[in-house]
Amino acid sequence: MQPQAEMRSPMCPYPFRVLEIAEEMPRCMTMRVAPDDATGDTAFAPGQFYMIYVFGHGEVPISTSGDPAKSGELTFTVMAVGSVTQALCALKQGDVIGLRGPFGRAWPVDLVKGRDVIVMAGGLGLAPLRPSIYHMLSNRNDYADLALLYGTRQPQSIIFRQTLAHWREDAPIDVEVTVDTAGRDWPGKVGVVTELLMGRRPDPSKTSALICGPEIMMRFSAYALMELGIAAENIYVSMERNMKCAVKMCGRCQYGPFFVCADGPVFAFNQVEQLFRIREL
Amino acid sequence: MVEIKNIRTLLAENAFLQGMSDDHLQTMAGCGKLVRFKPGEFLLREGDTADTFYLIRDGDVAIESDVPAAGPLSVARVGAGGITGYSWLFPPHRNGFDSLALTDVSAVALDGECLRGKAEADHELGYQLMKRFAQVMLDRLQATRRQMMDVYSNGKRSDAASG
Repeated sequence: MQPQAEMRSPMCPYPFRVLEIAEEMPRCMTMRVAPDDATGDTAFAPGQFYMIYVFGHGEVPISTSGDPAKSGELTFTVMAVGSVTQALCALKQGDVIGLRGPFGRAWPVDLVKGRDVIVMAGGLGLAPLRPSIYHMLSNRNDYADLALLYGTRQPQSIIFRQTLAHWREDAPIDVEVTVDTAGRDWPGKVGVVTELLMGRRPDPSKTSALICGPEIMMRFSAYALMELGIAAENIYVSMERNMKCAVKMCGRCQYGPFFVCADGPVFAFNQVEQLFRIREL
Repeated sequence: MVEIKNIRTLLAENAFLQGMSDDHLQTMAGCGKLVRFKPGEFLLREGDTADTFYLIRDGDVAIESDVPAAGPLSVARVGAGGITGYSWLFPPHRNGFDSLALTDVSAVALDGECLRGKAEADHELGYQLMKRFAQVMLDRLQATRRQMMDVYSNGKRSDAASG
C-alpha cells in the first residue's frame, strides 16, 4: 500500500522539527526533520515529494532525499532559489516547519526488479534519486547490475559527498561522477553526464534507467540511452512543475494531459517524450 | 620490424580503428611509435605545431587550457581507448589545448605529417581516417555544446525548481 493512502488530511500541514541542517554547497542545504507530535508519519516511497510550509513565507514542493527505510525522520535537500527556499535554507536546528505529504508517483523500484538499473543524475537531481538508490542497495538481491552516473558543474557542486564516497568504495553499485570543468586536482572525469554512457554496452532487454535533473539534461540523457537501444518505456524521468495543492485540484502543475503532482512527478519517458518537444510546455 | 608489428597489433585492437583494413593498419603502423608519459608530463602543448596524435592505451589525460588568474582548467579527460590530438589534420596544424598526463600514460603516438602524406597518396586511407575523426569530433562538439549549455542549471529562479 502506498504511504499516501494512509495519509491524514492532505491539505493540512503537520509540524516537523529540524533535527539537523548542513550545507552541501553554497545555497544548498540538506536537513533532517522529525515529527513534532505523535501524529506525524514519515513513510514515503522513493521519488515522492512533500509540500514544505515555512511559516510566514509559504509552501514549496521538495522531494525526499533520505533513506526510505529510516523511520521517524525525513531528509530534504533544498536549493535556495526563491523566497520560500531561502527561508527554508536559513532554518536552524529546533525550528518547526509544516509538512503535507508524501505526494506523487514514485520511482518504479518494484517494476525494475531483476533488471540492470542505470541511475542518471544531473546537479541537484541526485537528491530525488538518492532514496531509490538506498532502496535498491537495501534490497540488492532484487536487482542485477546497478550504476549511478552523476554529472554536475564543478567538483565544488557535488552533493552527498560522503554518501557517494561510501557507495563508490563499499557498495555494490558502479558510481561514476563527471564535472563540466575542473582543476588538475580533480581525480574524476570531465564532460557532460551523457559521456559516462560512452563505452557502456547495456543489454536493452534487461536494462531500465531512472533520470533526474533539469529537463534539458533528462532529454539528452534519455536520447543517449535510447541510442544504446533502451526503450523509452524503460526510461523514467522525474518532472518538475509548480506544484501548489499537490492533490490534483488547482491545475498549477498541469503538463499536457497530466498533473505532475499526482500523475507524476515520475513518468515513463514514452509518456512524456512528445511533451518534451513542445517548447511552450 | 618487431616494433612495427607490435604497433600494428595495438592499432588493430583500438576501437577507434575498428574495421580498418590490414593494409591500412600496416601503413599507419609505419607512422607510429610506442610512448610513455609520467604524471605531469605533457603529450601536447597548446600553440605548438600539431604533428602528433595519440591513441591512449592506458592512463588518464587531461585536455586543458590555462586560464589567467585561475590556473589550468580541464575541459575533458581522455582514458584508455581514447584519442587526443585532432589539430594535425587541419592547417595551420597548431594544438588548440594542452594534453597533460594525470597518471602514468602509455600510448601509440602517430606522426601526423607522415600520416597526412600517406593519406594524400592513398585517398581511401584518408577517407577511412577522416570518417573516424569526424565521428570523434562530432561527439566532442556535441558534448562541448552541452557543457556550454550548463545542463545542470534549471535556468529558473523560483521556488518551483528548488529540490
